[in-house]
Amino acid sequence: MSSKKIFGGSAIVLDRADINTDEIIPAKYLTEVTKEALTPYILEDLKLDGFDPKGEKLKNATVVVTRANFGCGSSREHAPWVFEVNGVHTVIAESYARIFRQNMFNCGMLAIELPKSDINQIIALDAAGVINIDVDLEAQQITAVAGGKNLYFNFEVSPFDKALVAAGGWVEFADARY
Amino acid sequence: MGKTIAEKIFAAHLRDEPFEGTRVLSLDRVLCHEITTPVAIADLVWREKDRVFDRNKIKAVIDHVTPSKDSKTALQAKILRDWARRHEIPDFFDIGHNGVCHAIFPEKGFICPGFTVIMGDSHTCTHGAFGAFAAGVGTTDLEVGILKGVCAFREPATIRINVNGRLPQGVVAKDVILHVIGQLGVNGATDRILEFRGPVVDGMSMEARMTLCNMAIEAGGTCGVCMPDMVTVDYLWPFIEEEFGTKEAALADYSQWVSDDDANYDRVLDFDVSNLAPQVTFDFKPDCVKPVAEMAGTRIDQVYIGTCTNGRIEDLREAAAVLKGKKVADSVRGIVSPATPKIFNQALKEGIIEIFMDAGFCVTNPTCGACLGMSNGVLAEGEACASTSNRNFNGRMGKGGMVHLMSPATAAACAITGVITDARTL
Repeated sequence: MSSKKIFGGSAIVLDRADINTDEIIPAKYLTEVTKEALTPYILEDLKLDGFDPKGEKLKNATVVVTRANFGCGSSREHAPWVFEVNGVHTVIAESYARIFRQNMFNCGMLAIELPKSDINQIIALDAAGVINIDVDLEAQQITAVAGGKNLYFNFEVSPFDKALVAAGGWVEFADARY
Repeated sequence: MGKTIAEKIFAAHLRDEPFEGTRVLSLDRVLCHEITTPVAIADLVWREKDRVFDRNKIKAVIDHVTPSKDSKTALQAKILRDWARRHEIPDFFDIGHNGVCHAIFPEKGFICPGFTVIMGDSHTCTHGAFGAFAAGVGTTDLEVGILKGVCAFREPATIRINVNGRLPQGVVAKDVILHVIGQLGVNGATDRILEFRGPVVDGMSMEARMTLCNMAIEAGGTCGVCMPDMVTVDYLWPFIEEEFGTKEAALADYSQWVSDDDANYDRVLDFDVSNLAPQVTFDFKPDCVKPVAEMAGTRIDQVYIGTCTNGRIEDLREAAAVLKGKKVADSVRGIVSPATPKIFNQALKEGIIEIFMDAGFCVTNPTCGACLGMSNGVLAEGEACASTSNRNFNGRMGKGGMVHLMSPATAAACAITGVITDARTL
């Protein structure tokens, strides 16, 4: 069901470490058998001051910028899916839980890792207005733009993860190869 | 340089290395339940690839919400059930025969030393207790596992946890793992395998080792693992007798899946548990851990004993020893869910169910139940649960609820007093 994704766009900052998959999509919604049905429940239980899961900022976002160990806890792929069906195809974080990170690339989406100092700079832009993120996967470079200010960051991505994104996901990659 | 058990299993199962550092492993077990598998099945059908790589290596169970509670969960169960029948999967466990996945699959002898195991469930790390590499994965990995029998991993480094000393009376595997997670932090083992070693682990039963490995993921670990030994052989014996003939032969074979003395570890951490007290979590992260004594007196509304962490027969015995002849406090709702029908039956025979019922516990059928707030035992806003499960995330057992993780004995003590209590003080 995965297809090639559009990366980058306007970002929402979730300025907290250890955001878990129960916060991204609570277990009570795991009874759905389609990705689309998850759409209204994105980040419903996120514990973060000032965050509104029904707010305009999240509605308009296509990129999430966040802190360390994002997506910890349950293996539920419903977490990447709820981002996917809400148009968020890129997450930029200091680090990830292993399963969440793999699930993102398996769905043909991007889980980009940047050092804390870079994340600090992007988050500092949040005060200047809407942050727009441009992702150049080939060049492995991110441009963050807000309030007339441009910031550039290089990121690492493994050849395997790049191949998953190019293929549209792990099912496509594996089906062609095994 | 020697190898760790994980390195040995990876080497023996390497199917492909499409890029440097990416290991595609062949799988011995692909385990399925009704929450994460139906979307994979639907996608395979949509792709016109509704096939399974090996029906004898795929095992399936309905465990999270069973019996189904509404139309949606009935549909999930039906999708899994129809798929299992369509592909004639011999080991599929439904109503009357079903139990919590990470309890029932080992109980059936499905997990052996040296195996590679995946499941769309983060607590798949439990099965590492048998000297296997067992990892929780998402639905896409599961889907490819079902279709092709492979899964890709970055070869993880191993953190060796030496559990030294002697556990004091009333202090158990759950207290050890909570303490270890408290020290490691929730991402202290990300992309790492936690190898549990030392005399305390050597002296543990398979049940206790499963409790240790079950919570490796709460420190971010890919898998928990214990060395296979005679305890492992004894547990598996009914299933391997024909293959090996003698226990010594089985042990000799399994010794190939023991880490070498000169293996290379990412880190080696030593824990002396001789003075360890019962542990409990506070707040909403499993690394927020304190001795029970420091939380004593905290109000509890519900006690939940069960789950893939602590729903096995030893756990029920441990709780029943505390509960025997006592009553659940008026302010508390006690719920116990034996993890499998076999455990339920054994608990009946040993009079454990009677002890729970006399104390005022509600005994449910084997299911994941309250642990993740999907079916029975959901908390109301502002309520607290003393639970033998593995996760205390905000909202985990119901929106606005608080979960305190602890051992079965501690949970039983909380049921009697209505507040967090060290069972040793009763």
